[in-house]
Amino acid sequence: MRWALVAVIVAATTVGDVLKAKGMKAHGEIHEFGLGAFGRLLSVLARNKLIIASVLCMAISFFTFMALVSIADLSFAVPATAVTYVFETILARYILKEHISWVRWTGAYLVACGVALLAR
Amino acid sequence: MLKTRIFTALVVVSNVLGNFSLTWGMRQVGRLVSLSPWPYIAALFNPWVAFGVSLLIVWLISQMTLLSWADLSYVLPVTSAGYVLAALAGRFFLHEEISLARWLGIGLIMMGVAMVAKTAPRAKPAARASAAGAAR
Repeated sequence: MRWALVAVIVAATTVGDVLKAKGMKAHGEIHEFGLGAFGRLLSVLARNKLIIASVLCMAISFFTFMALVSIADLSFAVPATAVTYVFETILARYILKEHISWVRWTGAYLVACGVALLAR
Repeated sequence: MLKTRIFTALVVVSNVLGNFSLTWGMRQVGRLVSLSPWPYIAALFNPWVAFGVSLLIVWLISQMTLLSWADLSYVLPVTSAGYVLAALAGRFFLHEEISLARWLGIGLIMMGVAMVAKTAPRAKPAARASAAGAAR
């Protein structure tokens, strides 16, 4: 049961983050940080299909995570989802066409290993 | 870039405090695995869960703002500094034991964060651009 929940969380997080990054790049860089600008931002994002799909994925991931921490320790839940760092870096390279230098690959890999070790 | 640093800090802090509050609240709510939405909605009435969810909304919006100019392959590793904060908070505030393996994990995450933080938030594909220039 725990691992089934982890699989759902990993899949939904990975897809959700890639859609979110794609949607925000389509929106363009945010320069204004006032309250009015914030309201306009939310109304624009609410009509961005990529962002809507991303929020749905994140909702699935979030509620599944709530279910997981209700039956398992956080020290199991957090490290079990570490593999998302590697998956997302691969998808960032091939779907988002990001330029990923060896420094970033190494960094992402170190983070994933580090998160996995936190379980002990 | 100053705004990259500010939003990175906001993403990290809201995530750590949000998860902590949510977990604390879910401990009080109890076991919850259901396909029906009602038990989840009922859980939101726990004040710790509600506070955690509010902070996670701040986290979501600040992460989306950061992603509007920074690469996903930059944002994810850099904001994982939150794991280190969460582990250290457990050590110093909750007096949890941190095993050797966990210290090693903390060290690896900090090395990964430091490496990725040194790269530009939006890396230009320099090699590809010059190759295209040469082809022309």
